Amino acid sequence: MTVAGTPAVATRVGRPLLGGRRFSLDWVGVLPFFAYVGIFLLLPTAVVGIGAFFNADGSFTLDNYAHLSRSYVFKATITTTLLSLVTALGGAFFGALLAYAIVTGNPHGMLRRLVVSASGVLAQFGGVTLAFAFIASIGSAGFVYLFAQSHGFDYYAHGIWLFELSGVALVYLYFQIPLMVLVFLPALDGIKPQWREATESLGGNTWHYWRYIAGPILFPSFIGAVLLLFANSFSAYATVNALINQGSPVLSQQIAAAISSEVGAAEPGFAKAIAIEMIVIVTVVTILYTLLQRRTARWL
Amino acid sequence: MIQRSGVEVRLENLVRRYGTVTALDGLSLTIAPGELVALLGPSGCGKTTALRLLAGLEEADGGRVVVAGKDVTGLPTNRRNVGMVFQAYSLFPHMVAWENVAFGLQMRKVGTEERKKRALEALELVGLGRVANRYANQMSGGQQQRVALARALAIRPQVLLLDEPLSALDAKVRARLRDEIRRIQLEVGITTLFVTHDQEEALAIADRVGVMQLGRLEQLGPPTLVYTRPATPFVAEFVGLTNRLAGTVKGGSVEVRGVQLPLVQPDIADGPATALVRPEAVTLIGRGDAEEGPLVGTVLTVAFLGAVSRVTVDLGDTTVLAQMPTSAASQHPAGTKVRLELRSDPVLIQREEPASAAS
Repeated sequence: MTVAGTPAVATRVGRPLLGGRRFSLDWVGVLPFFAYVGIFLLLPTAVVGIGAFFNADGSFTLDNYAHLSRSYVFKATITTTLLSLVTALGGAFFGALLAYAIVTGNPHGMLRRLVVSASGVLAQFGGVTLAFAFIASIGSAGFVYLFAQSHGFDYYAHGIWLFELSGVALVYLYFQIPLMVLVFLPALDGIKPQWREATESLGGNTWHYWRYIAGPILFPSFIGAVLLLFANSFSAYATVNALINQGSPVLSQQIAAAISSEVGAAEPGFAKAIAIEMIVIVTVVTILYTLLQRRTARWL
Repeated sequence: MIQRSGVEVRLENLVRRYGTVTALDGLSLTIAPGELVALLGPSGCGKTTALRLLAGLEEADGGRVVVAGKDVTGLPTNRRNVGMVFQAYSLFPHMVAWENVAFGLQMRKVGTEERKKRALEALELVGLGRVANRYANQMSGGQQQRVALARALAIRPQVLLLDEPLSALDAKVRARLRDEIRRIQLEVGITTLFVTHDQEEALAIADRVGVMQLGRLEQLGPPTLVYTRPATPFVAEFVGLTNRLAGTVKGGSVEVRGVQLPLVQPDIADGPATALVRPEAVTLIGRGDAEEGPLVGTVLTVAFLGAVSRVTVDLGDTTVLAQMPTSAASQHPAGTKVRLELRSDPVLIQREEPASAAS
């Protein structure tokens, strides 16, 4: 029994300071995280952002940011955005289908464990290694192409598209689909079987279930995942550079071109300005993703 | 206003198998119009399977489901006109309470204004008009289940199915909502099947209780009959507490520790048996300090349960549970010697090795 005026359980929330105020030390636990973010994210961003205000000779200038309006930068921005959008939508579509196939199976089954483990590895697979894997398999001298050609199917009859943006998009799907599986699986797991049964008992059918229940519940997660895949594709460099090394069609290649000019026309400040443009776009996408995830977290 | 809609429901010889496991083994049950039948039993006894077959959520391997005289065995769930309340988590999380309730009406193509009006009526019926604009995550568990009940009733179903709707709630809310479900069911007059593993819940809410084991109905009857005249030893042991006391059947009665008790089934052959005696049929009639005998023992524990208490008495070769008003139990603290009296209620017997512990 608790005596009036006497707390049943003494709680310690911090050391009393002057005037009886209590000083919480809870924030100490997150110091390493903030230190990490500060040193490896904010500081480099600040260095790049400020560096873009200076010329190679160290003089202050606004030209680097002004040069972002150059037509080839604008074109690269559009190309990168489209490439990212297409691979994000494609990856999201096929990844969602694969994830759905997994959740309809045994939750503790071998297939699920296998696909999730493989997705964890393949989502990180990229760069020159991935490009080479595609060149060696479906490239013009690859074994898949030679096999298809020997059976009368020449998928390069109208040009070797593997080294064009459509080829890059295909290669990107290789890591976008597994990433979608990893990101979307928890949302699908959150769908309760009772919702489908409730829909049916209330007179609805499969179409009604997806149209009014599962679809709206999963939609924010799906769009959030698309945004994450977009950001993932938007910042890729090595893979596209291994496949297309002429013309620098995407922004990350434009940065490389501005840093290392073979004719002595390097513009490091301009490269930093392009990097800031990319950071701004990815930041906007990430904020949208976070907002959508927060909305979904209430439901699933 | 919700309309009265009682119809007869018949489950005829239902069979359901999962691989080699038989979940329902020829279950037959008729529920009268407007009646509430509770199916009670341990996990895996087939009670939920029976409800799901009636709902159409699973297909029977044999038998028929007849609702209002119409065979609905082959009909999908969405054409059976049943309202269902699940154990938990069945509200659509992206809809507020009234939208959840209105969903079934939307499926029936009721106009927007009409369905909102009827949804609010249904919420009023369960006493939740004030939370009409709240999402599931803004409501307590009890409120969510009441909204689920309103949603099930709003479509004016022929049959209401309740699949352990109270099991995820805390004890106080559970008791209150149980009474509320019964009040609403009587008010609406809807034929209802209630599935639970909680005997107190089943006995308190149902017109008739069906006790199930291994896919079969062991007994179906009014709660008082199931409790006082259990048809089988399983029912006696599953519904309420039972003392298992060694005795001898002779001439249509059983002698237990020197006391003759009548039998529920008097035609049982003579011989040794175990008598199943309810704790409330055991009374402590006084201090037994100066006495000796088969019904004199020592109080081991007194469990306070509120208005009643449960006293465990050690008789030397066995222990016996007695249940009585707390005021009476308080006169027999642990360690005191007492003499027991067995009320001469008809008892069931079991033909097996006599056991000593109360179950």
